[in-house]
Amino acid sequence: MRYSGFNVITQGLFGNKGWKPAWRDAAPKAEYDAVIIGGGGHGLATAYYLAKNHGLTKVAVLEKGYLGSGNIGRNTTIVRANYFMPGNSEFYSHSLKLWESLESELNYNVMHSQRGQVVLFHSDGQRDTAVRRGNAIVNQGDDAELLTVDQLRHEFPYLDYAQTRFPIYGGLMQRRAGTARHDAVAWGYARGADQRGVDLIQNCEVTGIDIENGVVKGVQTTRGPIRAKKVGMLAAGRSGQVAALAGLRLPIESHVLQAFVTEGLKPVIDSVISFGMGHFYISQSDKGGLVFGGDIDMYASYAARGNLPMVEHVMEAGMTLMPMIGRAKVLRSWGGIMDMTPDGSPIIDKTPIDGLFVDAGWNYGGFKATPASGWCMAHLMATGQSHDVARRFRLDRFRTGHVMDEEGTGSQHNLH
Amino acid sequence: MRLNCPLCGPRDRREFYYVGSEDYLNRPAPDARADAWDDMLYLRTNPAGETKDLWYHETGCGSWLLVTRSTTTHEILSTERIADRKGAK
Amino acid sequence: MRLPDKGLIDRSKPVTFRFDGKAYSGFAGDTLASALLANGVKLMGRSFKYHRPRGVLTAGSEEPNALVEVLDEGQQTPNTRATTQEIFDGLAAKSQNRWPSLRWDAMAINDLAAPFLGAGFYYKTFMWPRAFWEGLYEPIIRRAAGLGKLLPKNDEATYEKAFAFCDLLVIGSGPTGLMAALTAARSGASVILAEEDHLMGGRLLADDQKINAAPAMDWVVATLAELQSLSNVRLMTRTTVIGAYDQGTFGALERVGLHVPHRPDLPRECFWRIAAGQAILASGALERPIAFQNNDRPGILLASAAQTYLNRYGVAAGTRVTLFANNDNARRVARQLLAAGVKVAAILDSRPDASALEDCPVYLNAAITGTKGRLGLTSITGHHADGDFQIETDCLLMSGGWNPLLHLTCHQNGRPIWRDDIAAFVPKPGMIPGLTAAGAATGQFSTAACLAAGRDAAQTALGKTAEMALPQAEDTPYTLTALWNVPGKGRAWLDFANDVTVKDVQLSVQEGFSSVEHMKRYTTQGMAPDQGKNSSVGALAVLADATGRGIPETGTTTFRPPYVPVSIAALGAGARGHGFAPQRFLTSDQASRDRGAPMIEAGLWYRPSYFPKPGEKTWREACDREVNMVRAAVGIADVSTLGKIDIQGTDAARFLDLVYTGTFSTLPVGRVRYGLMLREDGFVMDDGTTARLGENHYLMTTTTAAAGQVMRHLDFVHQAYCPAYDLRFISVTESWAQFAVAGPKARALLNSILDAPLADFSFMSCGVAAVKGVTARLFRISFSGEEGYEIAVPTSYGESLFRDLLARAETLGGGPYGMEALNVLRIEKGLITHAEIHGRVTAFDIGAQKMIGKKDCIGKASSQRPGLFGPEREQLVGLRPVSDKQIGAGAHLFNPGDAVIRANDQGYVTSVCYSPTLRGYLGLAFLKDGRARHGQRIRLVDHMRENDVICEICDPVFHDAEGAKLRA
Repeated sequence: MRYSGFNVITQGLFGNKGWKPAWRDAAPKAEYDAVIIGGGGHGLATAYYLAKNHGLTKVAVLEKGYLGSGNIGRNTTIVRANYFMPGNSEFYSHSLKLWESLESELNYNVMHSQRGQVVLFHSDGQRDTAVRRGNAIVNQGDDAELLTVDQLRHEFPYLDYAQTRFPIYGGLMQRRAGTARHDAVAWGYARGADQRGVDLIQNCEVTGIDIENGVVKGVQTTRGPIRAKKVGMLAAGRSGQVAALAGLRLPIESHVLQAFVTEGLKPVIDSVISFGMGHFYISQSDKGGLVFGGDIDMYASYAARGNLPMVEHVMEAGMTLMPMIGRAKVLRSWGGIMDMTPDGSPIIDKTPIDGLFVDAGWNYGGFKATPASGWCMAHLMATGQSHDVARRFRLDRFRTGHVMDEEGTGSQHNLH
Repeated sequence: MRLNCPLCGPRDRREFYYVGSEDYLNRPAPDARADAWDDMLYLRTNPAGETKDLWYHETGCGSWLLVTRSTTTHEILSTERIADRKGAK
Repeated sequence: MRLPDKGLIDRSKPVTFRFDGKAYSGFAGDTLASALLANGVKLMGRSFKYHRPRGVLTAGSEEPNALVEVLDEGQQTPNTRATTQEIFDGLAAKSQNRWPSLRWDAMAINDLAAPFLGAGFYYKTFMWPRAFWEGLYEPIIRRAAGLGKLLPKNDEATYEKAFAFCDLLVIGSGPTGLMAALTAARSGASVILAEEDHLMGGRLLADDQKINAAPAMDWVVATLAELQSLSNVRLMTRTTVIGAYDQGTFGALERVGLHVPHRPDLPRECFWRIAAGQAILASGALERPIAFQNNDRPGILLASAAQTYLNRYGVAAGTRVTLFANNDNARRVARQLLAAGVKVAAILDSRPDASALEDCPVYLNAAITGTKGRLGLTSITGHHADGDFQIETDCLLMSGGWNPLLHLTCHQNGRPIWRDDIAAFVPKPGMIPGLTAAGAATGQFSTAACLAAGRDAAQTALGKTAEMALPQAEDTPYTLTALWNVPGKGRAWLDFANDVTVKDVQLSVQEGFSSVEHMKRYTTQGMAPDQGKNSSVGALAVLADATGRGIPETGTTTFRPPYVPVSIAALGAGARGHGFAPQRFLTSDQASRDRGAPMIEAGLWYRPSYFPKPGEKTWREACDREVNMVRAAVGIADVSTLGKIDIQGTDAARFLDLVYTGTFSTLPVGRVRYGLMLREDGFVMDDGTTARLGENHYLMTTTTAAAGQVMRHLDFVHQAYCPAYDLRFISVTESWAQFAVAGPKARALLNSILDAPLADFSFMSCGVAAVKGVTARLFRISFSGEEGYEIAVPTSYGESLFRDLLARAETLGGGPYGMEALNVLRIEKGLITHAEIHGRVTAFDIGAQKMIGKKDCIGKASSQRPGLFGPEREQLVGLRPVSDKQIGAGAHLFNPGDAVIRANDQGYVTSVCYSPTLRGYLGLAFLKDGRARHGQRIRLVDHMRENDVICEICDPVFHDAEGAKLRA
């Protein structure tokens, strides 16, 4: 059933009795052309584009819990394309373009809102780095502008320009950056994939990957064996366990990232604001909650919950940057499992096993990558070739030294 | 979160710096194959459950600790100074 | 309406406060909610989505409706619970999320449009035309949403943080908590008793029970007196434990100054980190509402809340009260109201077989199907065993039973267990190591059972078995017949705060959002300020019913910290302004400030940017002068921020050979060598000089930025790879003040200050000298390209040496130079800093691949991987614009004639300066295959600064390439 304002009104007049399930709760079949392990944003997007772009319809998405239960359902919803390393630039640029037409593509309001994101800098050296990044973004064909302190004062009068420990020297603004309603992205892709014949199978944990002579044959699940010609692993923080089923060791360490939302407030913060010195970023949701976060807790964890030191550090950063938020109350905190790579960039690649593909290592920037990750992973699974904008996301780049280290922090997973 | 430093006793997590898994202890011979360095620097077993990883008592005694703990419950099973571990040269 | 002679308020202390501009009076001990109810005010808020008029539902921090803005000192605190805000003279509060007034709210039009605004409607519309989302739809939605208003101005108030430690943390001070604390305290354990309320006693404050045949409050008072007398007990009122973290760490928020007029010496709140050996959760239970049509009107509240207002505050919540309940416990409330002389119009018990003892009409098998009264309840309709009814009433009390307050036990991903007999979830034991839930928090609802549970829990937690006699108390069993919602037409609210109704949950199931998490996310049930404390179990029951699953199979969503919302200011206390990070000051700091030098941040340090002279209008004038001064005479710079690591031992030399690419074991005593340090992944970590002070004694310097990282790295390499080495090292960065003395007159200056003049002291020498009898270290090293020395003295002499050096330098035509000049000097000389060593750079890139010798060192093997060298990599070069145009760092490089697109990118500029020495702009850059391109031209494009300049590629060393000046 098509979603529209007209249908909302006609359904409303008749007691909303006519709305149908957004997707079928499919049961597993014996065999598929392609099986996607992981019903998060990336998995659902991959299934969607396999069907939409490549005409594959015998596709199943296997989800251990409920659809969208991974990081797509627990992030700070920021969408941007402000990378500077070759490989990352073109990929996130492609992703942002997909975001810009996602509502009409999916007939689902994912509330993608290009409210702009400003990244503040706090020294001459950081300004130079911001300029370098801004130039790279423009060279890629995306938008970036350098804002002076006076321009910032005009747009963000509530930042503390006078007293803060690390004075604000300016900011790098991307107007096309913004936010989206995270759950809706998962649901929109799920509904779109389902309409194109993809089986979305929930409560179905993969317990084994069947491999014969180096070729993938299918998977074992808690709901029985499934044969498949191609298997894609899109398990984010759980990628290590899934890859281990195929005897693989990935360049990934799983870490906990916490995020926070306050009680609802009337509109007060318009754009996304990032405070590099404090590793703090904040926006305000359409419901009115301030949504914000900081760095990972810095120790490997699958607990999906964190500890107070990082909670307090995030709040401290907020208080030195914009002390007006002091009276807002943190309503809820949560943690996600981040698939941290040792260079901070992702992997979309074949594995040494024929027919087995991996899309992982999104660190804590996977949300904005969702459309392009699905697009490129579908391309790889369908054609056997890397998509041009994802061709550097190789598994073997660590061994050869072709790392893509935007942060410049080296082979330590938690620093990216 | 609190860790028990063998020299300083139970201390708040804020005193420690975390680097990652015990793989960093396994420095290959200088002429080892690329795979050995890949294993040390990049690839991770990344267990959901018991793991051994490296913590530095940065604002304490400066000891690097090998911590055995659970990545699912955050229970700390044991801590020892890497300099005191068996096989240390 | 206030009743005479009841409650724990102090009637001798009247208090005046304002709500929405109108003055009211109450008594000390009142909350805003109790005082407003006493004044007959029922309307206190508006709901989130439909802007429905609302009154209080509860008497605690879980309140979903009565959220107000509290004003103070030019600030305001939105979303304050009227039920926990204590009143004081001058308190001013106003209603929120309404316009123009609480009684007449224009946004209440949403209520009329409710059929179109059901769960998830916004996912289905507002998509066309595309540009209207940001331009029209979203701004309207944003303005309509939100609750209270945050003022866009700094919160200047004071907040604090603190640590506390104890053997046993007791959370909650009802019968369970008090008994647990007393048991533990008598055993000698250190005990913290934390209570959210401003009075200890928990449920006993709100009831009229007897303990040991006397009023229960007598026992509470006596117990508290004993606890207060013990030095091993800390009683913390107004303190909510908000989270259970790892290894017995609990977060707690203390409301320190929110209940008194503003006092500058008092923090508003204090956030506690409590490290507890053991903890007992004695948090009690919360009563839950029942869903029926229009169950959200002002005047409809929980029975237990009315009981609290009656017994604790002496307030009758209405004049003609009705009770709708499914359990015996709630019937006590009606009896207490009757005893206090309040008219009870009827008791409506949903159970067909309940008793009918009270002195008022009691109807069994009853259900309410509708209510009336826009701004306050006027009547209810429904049916009972004898047929339909309509009752005139201004106050309806609901009780759907009780939910144990088990949230903390689930903060580490634990799931509670369903108990059919009490139709509630109870904590699963052992979900938080060291934390035991006890009493009503586990579903034991009689006072006697709670007292016993508190004692037993404390004894178990501490392993003490000392005898503790239990007081005598009420022990009536708790029975109920589950009732979640009354079927029928219209909207029946589950989540009052977020306006989620039974229909919304049913619609979400109809659309396939039938897992508990999908339902929560689709309907927003449980995501409001009360985090579902009032609604989650009811919503689960409705969901279970709609899906045909049982409640245990339906499961719960995850309870996450904080248990109650906590202000960002409290969690971030101390960071306001400069408190965010430590400030490190040089010994020369004051001397530099005395000369008017602007101090800039360099990591945690503050360093002088430049030293302005009268008449200089810009920083550039000062900087140019300082550069010329160094090149022509002598300049002084404080370089103490560089990391200094003192390394000693017979294996110190071997160790340095391992951590540096170069060989330091061959360095003669009295000499200094430049060292390049790699990370184990082969990229450059840091560079610096290391001096050999003695056979087994080295002093390493690091860059300012990497000092901590290098220390960590050395400790790791030592302890991990060579713990048996005879080796000790320690950071001495803060032990020595070190000054660069650079320029052709540097030697003359030093000779004027040293006790003995410099003898043979060639470039890269080090040694010991004396200044007025103080032992100093002297290094002949240069970061400027001039004849340069660095002199180090113990920190306590730093300031006086700096002032003395400046005075003497000025007699030689020299003086101090700051970071700006230092940067120009090093760029002219092609020396790199962390602008170049930014973590992605290899020895090959900076032309230092030859420094990686034959021996093994950290990073050597990895540096030989194919990705780390070769013509594809960008190499360090110098750039000079062919015109006199300015250039800036961060610009990208393109071959002249190529399109300016990413695919043609040749590199980028890292450092730029105006060189007064060469009278032009200079740049350092990384350029693809750059070393092979010296003499060629490259186009520098800077979109950010709108700059486009042709440059010539050259060697990065612009000044004195042969080093003649260095060695002079």
